[in-house]
Amino acid sequence: MHYANRKSLVMAASLAAILTVAGCHKKNPAPPPPPAPTEAAPAPTATITATPDTINAGGASVLTWQTTNATDVSIEGLGKVSPNGTQNVTPAQTTVYHLIAHGDGGSADATATVNVGGGAPPPPSNPSESNLDENAFEQAVKPIFFDYDSYDVRPDAQSTISADANFLNQHPGVKVVIGGYCDSRGSTEYNLALGENRANAAKQALITAGVGPDRLRTVSYGKEKQFCTEENEACWQQNRRAMFTLDQ
Amino acid sequence: MILRLPKKLDTLRVVLFSVIFIAAATVHAQDWVHTGTNLGVQKIRIAAADFKAASADAQSSGMKSAFDQTLYNDLRYAGIFDVVSKSMIPNTTPGSPQEIQLANWAAQPSNAAYVAFGALTVGGGRVTVQGFLYDTHSTQNPQVLGKQYADNASLENTRQIAHRFADEIIERLGGMPGIAETKIYYVSMKTGSKEIWAMDYDGMNEHPLTHLGTVSLSPRVSPDNSRVAFSSLGKNGWSIRVYSIELGRLVAFPAWGDTTLSPAWSSDGTKLAFSSAKTGDPEIYVCDASGNSARRLTSFRGPDVSPTWNPKTNAQIAWVSGRTRLPQIYIMDSDGANVMRMTDGGYASAPSWSPNGQFLTFAWNRSYGPGAPGGEDIYIMDIASKRWTQLTHDAGMNDAPSWSPDGRHIVFQREQGGHSEIWMMLADGTDQQELTHGGGNTMPNWSWK
Repeated sequence: MHYANRKSLVMAASLAAILTVAGCHKKNPAPPPPPAPTEAAPAPTATITATPDTINAGGASVLTWQTTNATDVSIEGLGKVSPNGTQNVTPAQTTVYHLIAHGDGGSADATATVNVGGGAPPPPSNPSESNLDENAFEQAVKPIFFDYDSYDVRPDAQSTISADANFLNQHPGVKVVIGGYCDSRGSTEYNLALGENRANAAKQALITAGVGPDRLRTVSYGKEKQFCTEENEACWQQNRRAMFTLDQ
Repeated sequence: MILRLPKKLDTLRVVLFSVIFIAAATVHAQDWVHTGTNLGVQKIRIAAADFKAASADAQSSGMKSAFDQTLYNDLRYAGIFDVVSKSMIPNTTPGSPQEIQLANWAAQPSNAAYVAFGALTVGGGRVTVQGFLYDTHSTQNPQVLGKQYADNASLENTRQIAHRFADEIIERLGGMPGIAETKIYYVSMKTGSKEIWAMDYDGMNEHPLTHLGTVSLSPRVSPDNSRVAFSSLGKNGWSIRVYSIELGRLVAFPAWGDTTLSPAWSSDGTKLAFSSAKTGDPEIYVCDASGNSARRLTSFRGPDVSPTWNPKTNAQIAWVSGRTRLPQIYIMDSDGANVMRMTDGGYASAPSWSPNGQFLTFAWNRSYGPGAPGGEDIYIMDIASKRWTQLTHDAGMNDAPSWSPDGRHIVFQREQGGHSEIWMMLADGTDQQELTHGGGNTMPNWSWK
């Protein structure tokens, strides 16, 4: 019960981290399909982005927009603008910039949002996409397992470490918490120290494989958190691990 | 109230001492345990009369029975008495010296050398106790103790008065302060997460100190009983935190992170030893009582954790090191010099140093290994000779022993059938008592006084 609660807490924290990361990389929604042409003239198109899309109060964001087949282009609140352009904006609060393009072939519009610090980022447009990100992390960055009372990285864990490091090197913005875990036998305090040694051994292995040490931090869970609660070697082995989660 | 010590008692003590000394040479193998833990060999035969209810409220409020029960248990747990069973004492409740017939208490089947008796009054919101200790064989000057106590009327206060009277008796007849007024700090999951709790030494009056909602472990009360240092899991891992018993809240203490845990107070209260992985490897450090001026003592690859000071001198520290793999008990000088390994194998952990500096108690599984179920027992070891003896046998998994301030008792955790409870026993392994119920109770630490 207790462990289940803690695990769900950790998962919630990881999910929150992913949502935040996902928010930063959120792509603007694709422009809506242009209205069906009513005459020979081609329909206009419009796209707009804000970079960054989240700022602190007093900060600046750059709007970048493109249109085609438009004769009259404006952004609500900013007035008439050129068909393609960029402009600095410093909104005091979260603002939606609405780009409207009129042409002979009809009209098109697009929006970009600049979030101002303090407010929560907008929810991701597609939650399952975020879950995919967490799944991707878990799929790619796998735990390593240890022998009884040992914190040596086993030969059979080296390929896991290589794959983990490979993923982390491809995602240099990702920070990681390395948790050290022990099986249920023996001293509570000694297992916390041993778990720290396990987490640190995994950290050193990742550093050796090229991951920057400032992206990695360790937390020992000793025998305070168990993945498997039966008293047999298969279960104990599951619990003797170093596991990787996204750092907030 | 009057307090007279009969001269005869000193003579008696000399005689008793000689008897013990002669007996010690012939009795069973573990005399080194009994002499070193102040348990002696011969126990003093003592009776506790049911106290007289000097007012109607005393009986109806339950305070008299709480007092009688507490005093009886305190004497029984003291470790130096052979307490006369309630079924063998004279069927009287003498409330004052005028009402007691000492000959009846000295005679069979009671056969008591001493008798404690008195009266309890409840009235006007106050509980008042008059307590006496008499030497049953002295006709001229039988009074050893005569005390009066008063407090606001409550069951809790009545129990505390019984503890105070018991400690007076134990100190007078046992030669050193008793433990009836001491506390035990421990970890309990009763509120759903591992928090720091406190209770009286007899398991009564249990209550939580922290409400942190994370995992808090390894409580260690300061020698002046004002603060409890413990380890707690936070966002940056484990740090030592300090709870003020006087203020009823956490007080500032540097949060090291980096798996900093298992604090231990020196007996003068000026220093804390602890384990920290600040260098990436868990090592033993010492800092001052406010958490500053930290200095590293060990530099062994592998876990170093669970320090405990020699409380007699504060010149040595025992701890657990995994530098040869399975954890073993080591001792060193408090500056890190003169490291000596104490255990010769198996899995040894959780050392606690006896108040007189002579012994370590710790958890040990001498046949620990892969696939072994991991059962473990409490041992004590004479440090000078490294001679050890096993105190618990065939009863669950026993861990985290902690000495009582009188050196006669050890409190520890015992896990049976998935339920972990706090137990205490005499330092020779006898008289084991379960103090907690309901499971999830671990890591006891006995207060210093």
